[in-house]
Amino acid sequence: MASPTAAASSDFVALLKDAAVAALVALALAVPLVGLHTVDQAGELAIETRFNWVAIAVVGVFCGRLLLRYVLTFRSRREPQSAGAFVRLGAVLQPYVKWLTVAALLVAFVLPFLPFSSRYVIDLATSVLIYVMLGWGLNVVVGLAGLLDLGYVAFYAVGAYSYALFAVHFDLSFWICLPLAGLFAALFGVMLGFPVLRLRGDYLAIVTLGFGEMIRIILLNWYPVTNGPNGISGIPRPSFFGLPFDRTAAAGATSFHEVFGIEYASAHRVIFLYFLILCLALLTNVFTLRIRRLPIGRAWEALREDEIACRSLGVNPTNTKLTAFGIGAMFGGFAGSFFATRQGFISPESFTFIESATILAIVVLGGMGSQIGIVIAALFLILLPELGREFAQFRMLLFGAAMVLIMIWRPGGLLARREPTLRLHGHDPARAPPP
Amino acid sequence: MIQASAGESRSLLTVEHLTMRFGGLVAIDDLSFSANHREITAIIGPNGAGKTTVFNCLTGFYRPSVGRLMLHATHGPLYLERIEGYRICRAGVARTFQNIRLFPAMTVLENLIIAQHNPLMRASLFTVAGLLGLSRYRNAEQQAVEFACYWLERVNLLAQADWDAGNLPYGAQRRLEIARAMCTRPLLLCLDEPAAGLNPRESAALNALLLSIRDQEGIGILLIEHDMNVVMSISDRIVVLDYGRKIAEGTPQAIRNDPDVIRAYLGEEEDEQLPPEVEEDLQRQDD
Repeated sequence: MASPTAAASSDFVALLKDAAVAALVALALAVPLVGLHTVDQAGELAIETRFNWVAIAVVGVFCGRLLLRYVLTFRSRREPQSAGAFVRLGAVLQPYVKWLTVAALLVAFVLPFLPFSSRYVIDLATSVLIYVMLGWGLNVVVGLAGLLDLGYVAFYAVGAYSYALFAVHFDLSFWICLPLAGLFAALFGVMLGFPVLRLRGDYLAIVTLGFGEMIRIILLNWYPVTNGPNGISGIPRPSFFGLPFDRTAAAGATSFHEVFGIEYASAHRVIFLYFLILCLALLTNVFTLRIRRLPIGRAWEALREDEIACRSLGVNPTNTKLTAFGIGAMFGGFAGSFFATRQGFISPESFTFIESATILAIVVLGGMGSQIGIVIAALFLILLPELGREFAQFRMLLFGAAMVLIMIWRPGGLLARREPTLRLHGHDPARAPPP
Repeated sequence: MIQASAGESRSLLTVEHLTMRFGGLVAIDDLSFSANHREITAIIGPNGAGKTTVFNCLTGFYRPSVGRLMLHATHGPLYLERIEGYRICRAGVARTFQNIRLFPAMTVLENLIIAQHNPLMRASLFTVAGLLGLSRYRNAEQQAVEFACYWLERVNLLAQADWDAGNLPYGAQRRLEIARAMCTRPLLLCLDEPAAGLNPRESAALNALLLSIRDQEGIGILLIEHDMNVVMSISDRIVVLDYGRKIAEGTPQAIRNDPDVIRAYLGEEEDEQLPPEVEEDLQRQDD
């Protein structure tokens, strides 16, 4: 056996070599990208060189790579089974999920009345809640039924547009338009479901991606109905069960602050919208938790696990998939109609692929099928870009890096453990399953 | 459980002129046989003889090119070849798979509850009663759990009911798959190599389980198996396939001495070397 010092020094040489290679790559990239710089000289483009920048980049890459490799080797020697801080965080959180849920609920309910809650904070919280609701809705399709859906934003759009059209043209109230929008979205979910019944995995993802784009392009081009890229404006704002949030109500109506005898504040509407989306999101959650314990919910999960075994046990795969698509889409539609009433204006621009990707990322990061995991992931994915505004153009880079890191440290998502839908032995430790 | 009329074994399944072609390949060629209530009928044959294809036709995964598959159910004959795949289970045919197909991330108990999907779905009024939490559904679920427990006890897995099915040892997964098939309350149970990968002790336990299912539930069992110990000791009748054709049918004793069967398993006289597994089978038959 070689002596430890000899082994360490040969390791160090290997580290140096590795860092040198990285520096060489950096040099090759930096010369054209950083070293040459075009400047405007008297109306003409001229090339300027910035080799000092190149030197900084190369030295930086060399040192960074050396440090990274050194830390990695050092750490793996110290604790071979070492899990990242994040893994430990997930494992530590696991037993407290119940308390975490209660705490999150409490915070959610009192948030608008906390001293630091400005209008900005409540608006931000409302945005997060929209994504939480969308995540919970998509979770039915992706997390439970295992159908990879890259076009979820289509149902969000269908919900928003059907709400807007019904409200603008037929003057229907929010509480009538909301179920109608959900119904329409569910209808579209089933419509998408039919052609993709035989598809799984990658193929399903491609078709749903196409479906999402189709809906967006139809919205862009169907001028007579959707008003194309100009969108629909003047969508009626929600009222508190018939009481509008206006400073001066229209003739014959009383506004919210008059009835309750309080000073008019523009925040009332914002707070009302916040509680509205909170209730809608909680409805989604309760519904999902409940339906998971019913035969249809178990069939969704079984379908995710093994479709062939499902068929042999008499589970109808067609109906099971269509209900998953339909119910997932319905919640997307609810969220869409809330979005429309909150914004007062919608256009196809709000329903691009990046929205689908964000919602899917929330579900995957949160841990497929984990309700509280989705909340944490939504907080993370929506707040991070918001907090990172100072980083300007680097914030998407930051966002990407954070996602890559989570996938390395917790490939199954933040809280990936599945809770059984029923237990025979309760929580009897003697008969508990092996860890 | 369906009780057969006392004594005399009744015909349960009649397969007539079953032919399955995949393009130019004839996987099953004009196969006719029958299986009875309270009997274990084994289908044996060398690899590629078409045994699993017979199962796939019976359980609706393939639609036969030609032939009639008649199940003598309680309410009259059912033609399995006309029934859509997932409805076959309701008709009364359950199966297990050669490579185990459990729902690995779900618990053992949940696996058995999904097998009772259709009665539970009806009890929950297609989810409505379940969502409202009506007692109608709660009682049905309680009954389903009790029935699942009955089968868990039969296959000796009651203590592991809350385990993830994927965490069970291999032999236990095989037993669970049989219990899951039984939870659909079938008339005919099709087992595709249930003894594959089991050690001798597990294999003996399996024999006892299959015999008890045959005797207590009174259903018919159709069995594909390579382990001749299992086949010879528990089968009531054996059908031998070779290249998709039936070459023999009869009691284990008759099959053991059938010259066609021996030729199919051992090859023609000119063949010099036997594959090792065939030699093993041969030795076991001689024992």
